[in-house]
Formats: sequence, C-alpha cells, structure tokens
Amino acid sequence: MAAAASPIPSAQRALEVRDLHAWYGESHVLHGMAFDVREGEVVTLLGRNGAGKTTTLKSIMGIVRQRQGEILFGGQNLVSLSSNKIARMGIALCPEERAIFASLNVRENLLLPPEVREGGMRLETIFELFPNLAERLASQGTKLSGGEQQMLAIARILRTGARFLLLDEPTEGLAPVIVQQIGRTIRRLKSEGFTIVLVEQNFRFAATVADRHFIVEHGQVVDMIPNDEIGHRQDTLHEYLGV
Amino acid sequence: MTELLGIPPQVLFGQVLLGLINGAFYAVLSLGLAVIFGLLNIINFAHGALYMTGAFVAWFLLSYLGLGYWWALLLSPVIVGALGMVLERTLLKRIANLDHLYGLLLTFGLALIIQGLFRNYFGSSGQPYQIPPLLAGGHNLGFMFLPNYRAWVVAASLVVCLGTWFVIERTKLGSYLRAATENPVMVQAFGIDVPRMVTLTYGFGVALAAFAGVLAAPIYQVSPQMGADLIIVVFAVVVIGGMGSILGSIVTGFGLGIVEGLTKVFYPEASSTVIFIVMAIVLLIKPAGLFGRAA
Repeated sequence: MAAAASPIPSAQRALEVRDLHAWYGESHVLHGMAFDVREGEVVTLLGRNGAGKTTTLKSIMGIVRQRQGEILFGGQNLVSLSSNKIARMGIALCPEERAIFASLNVRENLLLPPEVREGGMRLETIFELFPNLAERLASQGTKLSGGEQQMLAIARILRTGARFLLLDEPTEGLAPVIVQQIGRTIRRLKSEGFTIVLVEQNFRFAATVADRHFIVEHGQVVDMIPNDEIGHRQDTLHEYLGV
Repeated sequence: MTELLGIPPQVLFGQVLLGLINGAFYAVLSLGLAVIFGLLNIINFAHGALYMTGAFVAWFLLSYLGLGYWWALLLSPVIVGALGMVLERTLLKRIANLDHLYGLLLTFGLALIIQGLFRNYFGSSGQPYQIPPLLAGGHNLGFMFLPNYRAWVVAASLVVCLGTWFVIERTKLGSYLRAATENPVMVQAFGIDVPRMVTLTYGFGVALAAFAGVLAAPIYQVSPQMGADLIIVVFAVVVIGGMGSILGSIVTGFGLGIVEGLTKVFYPEASSTVIFIVMAIVLLIKPAGLFGRAA
C-alpha cells in the first residue's frame, strides 16, 4: 500500500484522508480509503467504474453524510461537518453531472455560489479562460453544449475563492479540443497554487496534469504512482484499470 | 346607461371587481403554496388554516391589545410566519425526503387540529372586524361604485405578488431559491445553508397566507372555517397555474377570480364549479399546468 505510507510533512499537507469509510444506506462503499495531498499539488484518483472515486470526493465535500474516519483539512476533521460548512472552509466540488441549474441563465449560474474566501476569480479572468461563456451569458444554463457546461461548472467554483478543488471526471464525453482546453486550465490553476483532486478514467489525460496518481479499487487506495513513473508502469496501470 | 351584452354595467363591473378580490386572495394564497411546494416539495394543506390564523391574530391584536388593522397587517404575518417556522423545524423537516403523500397527510392533520382548536374556543360563527377608517367609503366611477377597501385589497395583493415574483426571479436570493428547488444538495455544497433557507421559505409562504387573512378579515367574518372554504379552490388554482410556478400562481389567481366573477353574471349556476371545470380542461390539454414545466 504505497499510498498510505507516503510520507509528507504535515506543514505541506493540504488534505489527509485516513481510514475513511462511507455508506449509501446499507451499501458499504468506501473501505478504509487513505491518501494525502500536498499544497499546490494535482493528484488523481484512478480506477474502474464503481471503485469509489466519486464517493470519495462526495465524502470529502460532505455530500455523503454516512461516513467514518478522518478527513483532515486545515487542522479540522471534516467528517462531522455539513457540506455548506466544508465549502466555507475553501473546498469546492465540480460534480461529474456538472449540476448546471436549468432555471438559471449562464450569468446566474456563474454568480450563484457565494464567495466563501477572498480572492475568488474575477469574471474577466474567467472569460479569458473560457471565452465561450462570455458570449452565452443570457442563455439558459442547460442549453449550452456539453463542453460549455463543463467550462461553466469549473468557472463557477473558481469564483468562490476556494483553493482546494475536487474535479469529478471533467473530461468525460467531451471533444478532444475541449479536453485540451480543460487540461490547459488545470495546469494554469496548478501554476497559480490551487490544490486539485481529480477523478479520472482517462489516464492519458491524467498524466498530462497530475503529480501523483492514486489507484482506487473496492473503496480503498491500492497503489500510488508518481507521474514521472507512469511511463514505466503502464502494464500495472492497464491491469488496474482493465484497459 | 347602456347595457353591455344585455347586462347593466354596474352589475357587470361589480361582479368583475368581486372576482378580482377573490382572485387577489387566490393569487396570494396560491403564491405561498407555490413557494412552499417549489422548495420543500410539500403540498401544504395547512395553508388555509394558517390564513385563518392570520385573520384571528388580527382580531386578537385588536380585541386584547388594541392594535388596529395596520399593525395587524405587519405583525400577523410575522407571528404566523414564526409559527410556520416552528412547524417546519419540528414536524415538516422530518418528512422532507419522503413521498408527497406524507406531507399532504401531515399538513391536512395540522389543518384539522388548528381549525378544531379555534372552533372549540370561538364556535363556528364569525367574529366581526371593522374596515380601517382610512379605507372606509368608496368612489363612484360612473359605471360602478368602487369601495375603497376592496380597491386596496386588489392593489396590496398585486404589490405583494409582484414583489415576491421580483425577488424570486430577479435577485440573488431568488436564484438561490430557484437553484435549491432543482438541486438542494449542490446548492448546499456551494456554502449556502439550505436547511435554514427552507425554514425561512416556509415561514415566508405562511406569512403570505397570514397577510391574506388580515386582508380578508374586514370583508369576510373572521371564522375558524374561512380557510377550509377557500383552500380547495386555491389548490385548483395552483394546479391550473402549474405546481410550484410563481408567475402561474399570480396570473391564474387573478384570472380565475375574474372568470368566476363573470360566470356569476352570465351563468350563476356554474359559478362555484367553473374553476374546477377549467382545471379539468387544463389538465387534459396541459397536464403540467399553464405555466408549469413537464417533469
């Protein structure tokens, strides 16, 4: 279990997940999930469908309430906190389904989340990152293309001022040109000091943006692969992901 | 004066005015129901009882504290709204994620309890409540006589309805409400305290009912049965407008009040059923209601 043993000085640690268990009703989904993330790092959770990657993000965010263990962030255990309090600590989730609100237009969707921390990204900067959004401000959110909706979902959490981002499959179902744009955005955010946990099934994309990869199987981390070793460990990775 | 469609204009416009007044109550009450249904997903059958409570609070304020109509218009919605928030926190919150039927049964039971309590203390006969002196009298418009208080009811209802519509459709708070109606989990994950918003929304919805109750007190007698008589029609209005639709509630409330008034002129026998006939036709043609979105 390379992941659990990863020694990171606590001062550099942005988030530490220890022995995390989570349930949906009777169904036990996370079985002792453990990993940590350094300040300013991009890590991915890689794994097959149903491995527990999305549940891990939702547990960190407090959306899955039935959870036990430790999620340490800013000296606090998040397990006992509700999602609105976790958001106010500076963590933001961009969910897999994007959660664009149909009854709001693009501008309203963008401006919906309150600025939980100072330093939320200004609209001009967001439009520089995602020029398409500037042209569609009055459109109903769900009338945008899949790629534009993904841009809107990412842009929306950047406005909050959160510096710790949870991105759930941001490239799923998108055209290659949009995937490249999302990749550029993640690299830019990393260069600006954002810390990102990325759930991905597309490991080729993950390798272009991440520092480390945690392999998730059956609700726990079973391996950790530094990004600079990913080239040598393709076979292992293929075995884990079943590709 | 010449007749319009064979009807003297005083009769015709008098009935249109009566229809507008009924429509004003339909609109304010169905607006409260729509706000509550939109966010809480609860069909609030206690709405009529809380409307009646609003009227009784006005009567209590006058009878025991000497506080007149204008104070009641301010205080009664606050008091009943606070009562609503207590009900939401202690009872409705517990059934938040269950089927609609549970909410309907619980609020129906609450309505029976509230009405029963008032009937037990005050009997079935109504208590009188005077029109405030400032709004006594009326104006002869030539084609009809317009009582000042009735004009005030229509105007005040319109202002409250349009103000509520503006807040929900055009402000940041309204965008929180609309978004939470769609996906409360995600709105909470953005840092917004959705449970508190739900409580305040329920409080606001029932405060609207209490406001309508105070408006109604000088027109109808303040009686324990006044809400029960109205609530079935108001539910029909909500269904016609589209469950949870703010604009639908307002337009349909006033519109059906006028339709009902005109029916009294042209075919009085159908006046008490016309709204339900309209409801049946609308449901056949547009099951989600005139302004509702199909699920």
